[in-house]
Amino acid sequence: MAKRVAMEVSIALSEAVKQANVDVIAAYPITPQTHIVEHLSELVADGELDAEFVPVESEHSAMSSCVGAAAAGARTFTATSSQGLALMVEILFITSALRLPVVMAMANRAMSGPISIWNDHSDIMLARETGWIQTVAENGQEVYDLIFHAYRVAEDHGVLLPIIVNMDGFTLSHVVESIEIFDQDVVDRYLKSYEPVLRLDPKNPITMGPVGMPEVYTEAKKAQDEALKASRPVILQAWKEFGDLCGRYYKPVETYRTEDAETILVTMGSIGETAMTAVDNLREKGEKVGVARVRLYRPFPMREIVETLQGAKRVGVVDRHMAFGANQGPLAMEICSSFYYAAQRPFVYNFIAGLGGRDVTVENFEEMVSDLESLESGKFSEFYKIINVRE
Amino acid sequence: MGTATEALKSFKGYNLKKRLPLEEPLAPGHRACQGCGEVLALRQVMKAIGNNVVVASATGCMEIITSPWPQTAWRVPWIHVAFENAAAVASGVEVGYKALIRKGKIKDEKTVFMAVAGDGGTADIGIQALSGALERGHNFVYLCVDNEAYMNTGIQRSSSTPYGAMTTTSPPGKKSIGQRTWKKDMPGIAAAHHIPYVATGSPAYPVDLMNKARKAAMVEGPAYLHVYSPCCTGWRLAPELSIEAARLAVETLVFPLYEVIDGRWVLSKSIKKPKPVSEYLKPQRRFRHLTEDDIATIQAEVNKRWEELLARVAQDGGEPAKEESPETE
Repeated sequence: MAKRVAMEVSIALSEAVKQANVDVIAAYPITPQTHIVEHLSELVADGELDAEFVPVESEHSAMSSCVGAAAAGARTFTATSSQGLALMVEILFITSALRLPVVMAMANRAMSGPISIWNDHSDIMLARETGWIQTVAENGQEVYDLIFHAYRVAEDHGVLLPIIVNMDGFTLSHVVESIEIFDQDVVDRYLKSYEPVLRLDPKNPITMGPVGMPEVYTEAKKAQDEALKASRPVILQAWKEFGDLCGRYYKPVETYRTEDAETILVTMGSIGETAMTAVDNLREKGEKVGVARVRLYRPFPMREIVETLQGAKRVGVVDRHMAFGANQGPLAMEICSSFYYAAQRPFVYNFIAGLGGRDVTVENFEEMVSDLESLESGKFSEFYKIINVRE
Repeated sequence: MGTATEALKSFKGYNLKKRLPLEEPLAPGHRACQGCGEVLALRQVMKAIGNNVVVASATGCMEIITSPWPQTAWRVPWIHVAFENAAAVASGVEVGYKALIRKGKIKDEKTVFMAVAGDGGTADIGIQALSGALERGHNFVYLCVDNEAYMNTGIQRSSSTPYGAMTTTSPPGKKSIGQRTWKKDMPGIAAAHHIPYVATGSPAYPVDLMNKARKAAMVEGPAYLHVYSPCCTGWRLAPELSIEAARLAVETLVFPLYEVIDGRWVLSKSIKKPKPVSEYLKPQRRFRHLTEDDIATIQAEVNKRWEELLARVAQDGGEPAKEESPETE
């Protein structure tokens, strides 16, 4: 059914793309995503993956070609990071509006400037209101698993939306992990071939991407909003079936020792595992601490967030992104707003950490926990604090 | 023998007496301006391409006037994504079909893939996506309908706007002649990619244009069609003079008609006694501020570019085409 191998996470991701039997890959190199497209090129060159690999001249054309291919009825894949995402972001809005199930892997990297090839979540945040579904992996196994989930959800006729599978650049993309790789028959049971509802076909001509006059634009956006909301049960069901298949059950928000926790740290991506180590240390000292990790970022899992955090006294939300001019980081803002109408709410504070590849250490998390206790008294002028920064 | 030359061996051209295509992939009732030379050119090209086609349009006049939801003028599958990426979208459609055919998911019906863009979407913002698609060798037809400015947004200059022309961002004034630069040689740039087929066309020569569109569809690999498209609104030209302006552009050597087949330059229409450029410039109010000296400068550049074209044709051993093409008989 599966074999466990030591594999670089980018390679495992590419193997998942191969096993998903994609038809078209259009991609442009950018660090730290490159190992994915390099490996996919090899798989196509060696005949192991029967797909068209389009070595486009930019990320803008990568997404544009994926749109064209998906509109033709093909299963498509691309991958990018930060600046590449920024170049293609115009087309991200259109991909979701056209309801095309493109799947993209993003090896998360900081936005320039200064130029930095290292990891943070500013690219996730740049894509957050583009109408794409976004999942965020914590480890290599999740990266591999989430690719199958992505195709399953994106191509569901009740969804038909594009998906970004996020993984931390370098921290995840370039590390070798022990990963369980499925036999093909397992994948084939979970993921059927893509059956488009509509495709560009001379035998049944359709017009895609017409002009939206003011009389219809709002309705078009409402329909899209409803589609994204309607993706939620499909996302959950696809995770359930995935768990039934292999025993790994995924949830929109993953929790670790939160049941009786007075303080909960909220993370996204690979730093969640570091936070768990901090939690174990603090638990040994008798502190009631837990971690909640956001796996589904779009559509935002407000229900699970409230359920998970409402019993805590203090919540420290870690954003790996600087939201210039805003009250606080985007994840913290969204969690605060999730609680605005709730009768009972914890004290929520925002930590900005891990920008541009700066490590977020066990000690940093322990510091956040102790900070929260003093911040709770209400003595602060800003709604966020940058962790591990030189004055 | 190159791939295009080989593919076109069996080509039987259209002529006015018979064999004109009856297909109308682009329906009437669209919202183009009176006298629009661009939509006329597009219609003629689409007639020759036929109904077995997928079209990717760039943002621009042709996109806007044909697709205000819930109406569409397209009787063939059509997609619009953005301004600068028609070539990339068409690339995607083409490889999507290729993969699905190879994997047995759909049948090979010899569908034509096509990208359509204006001069801004081609020579300016879309040139990167176009160059990439030509270089990668996708089997598609790229149609540039060149009306020599950003007409859809209100007549702003592009790199395809001719020298001296008035546009809203190249206004003539005390310190400006209007457009200060010479028209970008887009067909030359396309030909520099060593693609199988490049041609210029004009709606004033519909049979020639339809033949070229048909040839572009027939060759394997990228084909680039650059079609001169009078814009009465933007050029400040009387609508009934649209085709007349297109014809004069050819007769004055402002816009020569030629093909580049497998790198071989061939003149489509030889002009033995060219008319002076002033005949072309005068009816268009975008040029009305030009002095006799300015017109002489333009004449000199037109002559120079024509000589360069003739030299290329002669170098390739090409015989100049007959002066009279069928539609003028």
